Amino acid sequence: MIEIDNIKKAFDGKTVLNGISATFEKGQTNLIIGTSGTGKSVLLKCIVDLIHPDEGSVFYDGRDFTHATKDQKIDIRREIGMLFQGGALFDSKTVEQNVQFPLDVLTKMTQEEKEERVNFCLNRVGLDNTNTKMPSEISGGMKKRVGIARAIVNNSNYLFCDEPNSGLDPITSIMIDDLISEITHEYNITTVVVTHDMNSVMGMGEKIIYLNEGLKLWEGKSDEIVNSGVKALDEFVFANKVMQQLKR
Amino acid sequence: MAMIKNLGKYFIFIGSMFVKMERFKTYFRLTIDECMGVGINSIALVAIVSTFMGAVTTIQTAFNLVSPLIPRFVISQVVREMTVLELAPTIIAVVFAGKVGSSIASGLGTMRISEQIDALEVMGINSASYLVLPKIIATLLMYPLLVILAGLLSLIGGYFAGVFSGVISPYEYNYGLQFEFNPFVVKFALIKSIVFAFLVSTISSFKGYYTKGGALEVGIASTKAVTESVIAILLADYLLAFLLLK
Repeated sequence: MIEIDNIKKAFDGKTVLNGISATFEKGQTNLIIGTSGTGKSVLLKCIVDLIHPDEGSVFYDGRDFTHATKDQKIDIRREIGMLFQGGALFDSKTVEQNVQFPLDVLTKMTQEEKEERVNFCLNRVGLDNTNTKMPSEISGGMKKRVGIARAIVNNSNYLFCDEPNSGLDPITSIMIDDLISEITHEYNITTVVVTHDMNSVMGMGEKIIYLNEGLKLWEGKSDEIVNSGVKALDEFVFANKVMQQLKR
Repeated sequence: MAMIKNLGKYFIFIGSMFVKMERFKTYFRLTIDECMGVGINSIALVAIVSTFMGAVTTIQTAFNLVSPLIPRFVISQVVREMTVLELAPTIIAVVFAGKVGSSIASGLGTMRISEQIDALEVMGINSASYLVLPKIIATLLMYPLLVILAGLLSLIGGYFAGVFSGVISPYEYNYGLQFEFNPFVVKFALIKSIVFAFLVSTISSFKGYYTKGGALEVGIASTKAVTESVIAILLADYLLAFLLLK
């Protein structure tokens, strides 16, 4: 479980996050949604401390991450897996080397054990026979899947995904969403996904928080979102014509 | 004010490499890889530059020594002093900053903007230590060797240029190289090479590591890395000469 308490962040005097508090449950796919530029990615980066919040705290299963020492932070981070918007795969390494990387650096596993684990994870995300390919040789969807494999290879307790289906076609997007959802339930991990894709919201959002201009305006489940009663959220949810027709 | 802030950030950056380091084996493997990129891949460029540098120095020195009272072997003595004291460590450092410094800065800058450095941080890896320390160690190991190579090739280039153009005989050239040779100049050149290697690798890494923005900013970081490395080399060159040769 991850708890965030009163997170505030400003850049050059401009408030981006204004006192966000929420709880992300274990074994659930938790979504942070909102329009572009509303502070979703900044919040995610505050949760993993890639951006240090000006105020507030983040707790990983009761452990204060924001105010932890550098060594304590590194220990908690070794339980974190993260899928970045562009995949963030290491250009100079093959798919296999990318997935194996956390095991090389963070564990004392033998090469055979590492290979077995890497092949298992690649198989789990539906990527067989791509081990020797370079990131530049695979598609955007495959990069995301390699990113997921790398995020779970070290048996992470927490999985973070920043816009996991940005730049992907609708079918691949759903495939990635399903994969994240399945992994969350299968390994009983705490997953936090930042998205503005309504298909993702309706498809995998077990718990959703809605951000608008740095404030948390709504919190609930995907089946409650259409009747939230929050004007800004209604505008976000019913932004496309199909959703508007469904509403009517 | 911004300069002082940057200088402070630079020293904190260097210090941060020694916090929560990875296993020795990891650094060893990375350092060997970096030695290839930093050292072995620079040999051809260093060889070409230093050979021609020696050749040109010989011809120009001969051109300027017109008095019949000055013996011919002075040409190679001048070439030796210029090469060992200044041309091999300093001019090659400027060339090295252009090749290796820009490569380090653009490589790290690209990793920064494509979130690869963030990925390392999230995994609990000290990215500065993991990415930068092997580059610094590799540069400190390889650059002095490149300077030795540059010095030797420069003297060989000077020999061929001098002998083939007829400005000096082989005997005179060899005699001049050994005449009143002070071994301290070699030690001085190696001290300079270590200082310059540290400056080029750390300044370039610093510029690349803190790149913000996109592809344009990576180019800017790379340019700044070279410019600031060259300025630092020249300042350090003066300082070392002042301290060690006074």
